[in-house]
Amino acid sequence: MGKVMLEVRNLTTKYITRFKEDIYAVDHVSLKIEEGKSLGIAGESGCGKSTLALSLMGYYFPPLYYTSGDIIIDGKNISGMDPDVVRKSILGKEVAYIPQAAMNALNPTQKVIRFIEDVIHVHEPQKSKKEIYEFARDRFEQLGLPANVLEKYPVELSGGMKQRTVIAISVILGPKVLIADEPSSALDVTSQKMVIKMLRDLMDSGMIKAMIFITHELPLLYNVTDDIMVMYAGQIFEKAPAHEAVFDPLHPYSQGLMGSIIVPEAGLRDVKLAAIPGTPPNLKNPPSGCRFAPRCKYVKPICKVTSVGMVHVGEDRMYRCVMSEEEIRELKQ
Amino acid sequence: MNKERKVCMQAKGLTKVYGFGRTRTVAVDNVDLTLYEGEVVSIVGESGSGKTTISKLLLGLTNLTEGEIYFQGELRDISTYKKKQEYWRNIQAIFQDPFSSYNIFHKIDAVLLDCINMRGGRNLPHDKKVEMMTEACSFVNLKFEELTNKYPFELSGGQMQRLMIARIFLLKPKILLADETTSMIDACSRATILDMLMQLRDEIGMTIIFITHDIGLAYYVSDTVYIMEKGVFVESGPADEVILNPKEAYTQRLLNDVPKIYEEWDLSTV
Repeated sequence: MGKVMLEVRNLTTKYITRFKEDIYAVDHVSLKIEEGKSLGIAGESGCGKSTLALSLMGYYFPPLYYTSGDIIIDGKNISGMDPDVVRKSILGKEVAYIPQAAMNALNPTQKVIRFIEDVIHVHEPQKSKKEIYEFARDRFEQLGLPANVLEKYPVELSGGMKQRTVIAISVILGPKVLIADEPSSALDVTSQKMVIKMLRDLMDSGMIKAMIFITHELPLLYNVTDDIMVMYAGQIFEKAPAHEAVFDPLHPYSQGLMGSIIVPEAGLRDVKLAAIPGTPPNLKNPPSGCRFAPRCKYVKPICKVTSVGMVHVGEDRMYRCVMSEEEIRELKQ
Repeated sequence: MNKERKVCMQAKGLTKVYGFGRTRTVAVDNVDLTLYEGEVVSIVGESGSGKTTISKLLLGLTNLTEGEIYFQGELRDISTYKKKQEYWRNIQAIFQDPFSSYNIFHKIDAVLLDCINMRGGRNLPHDKKVEMMTEACSFVNLKFEELTNKYPFELSGGQMQRLMIARIFLLKPKILLADETTSMIDACSRATILDMLMQLRDEIGMTIIFITHDIGLAYYVSDTVYIMEKGVFVESGPADEVILNPKEAYTQRLLNDVPKIYEEWDLSTV
């Protein structure tokens, strides 16, 4: 077992709406990532994937508030830290975050090198501009980006190139954990592939030690990450190694999710897509008991009353359901 | 599919040129297209390949530079607004962004009532109209009682897109153009929407044209696939043939760039 890079214990964060209602978008989430591993998070829109990514940074701004739990990055607990300290010493150095529309973060009036100077200057003020340029050029070449990008304005770059530039900038200080929130959803397939290749290279070369990848595109997740975690209504519903999560899901919700995969490969046309009826619950007042119970096809009376804990299967699998593994396998057939 | 297929729409030599002089861009270049009744066709291409221009030309939203479109054997005539309206009774579209597809000042019932009126149900009694709207809503798993007196912005993206399908259910057009219909909603609702469209196709026997960049989706739904690059169809044919044994280099590249789950995804070829 490798060194644990990121550990999260019972993390709960909430949104406070303008009517002073609490919405717990991340509800008692615990996870662990070892060195050199990547974790994928899948789920429908509005299930709390992106909120989890924001919460993991340890940097909260309204309407998102920290409630309880620990975030430990490489042995250092960052939960409950002062936001200013988090911004100066954690963000970029320990954990980097790539938001959904990362490419829109580039100021159109500045050359790419200025963003890098900005970032490095705050953390290492003694470095000269020339040193920074040489460092940035080496880093860009290492990541397969042409060095002349540094001297260009963001408008001169294509969408895929912009996204890769932002990723290169966000890992320039060598963070241990990278959180990528749908980094490729706004791109066409060719640019998407380039972004994915870059993330893979980052992991393989050891520039980042662990990665969390968030998307609802399951085929992509399957190809990028080692483990897949399924989220629903702010809770973890299943966690398994990528292959098992896609081909042998246990939880009824994951089964529905994996049944909606579309890939251009032989055999797909014979499979009927399985759609999950209904809509996700409103987190303002989530259903008591299992949150998936109103939509579950195997629902039992007990599901609507008791809250359900995690069931561990073997070393690296777990799911949240009242049914045992054998029961589920029987029902699946 | 039965043998004696009836041609529903035929396009010959479609050409669309934007701009002139130095900015002259040929978006669609001499394209032929034949649609049969009850067929599902996909037009697949990257951004900027001219897929959306084709959909606009077929809908009559932009003028043709050259070419002819035959609808049910006759040359399409949309020279006046009245004729256009008549034409749109037979061809309808669902676009990518459901939020911009509705008039924000009109309530949901008004949207559906419009459809009934358009099909010549203007003089029906009110009860009958409500019944029709309830039926259409239940077809797409929405509850009509919950929707009345609501404005479009109160619905989620998936709900809006399903309401769009409810409209199609009421209108019963001959041809439906689905222009990137599922690219803004997540994978799970996508399956639901595709299911509904397929069901609708079987029920009222309309032709569906999917315009998409998602080659997996094209493979799943369609009978015939057209691969488009820079304004021309580079490859076309039955879905199984084109997707599983692609001949053109462009199709092969498109397929290579999509993540796979049954085979190894080769990342080295970028």
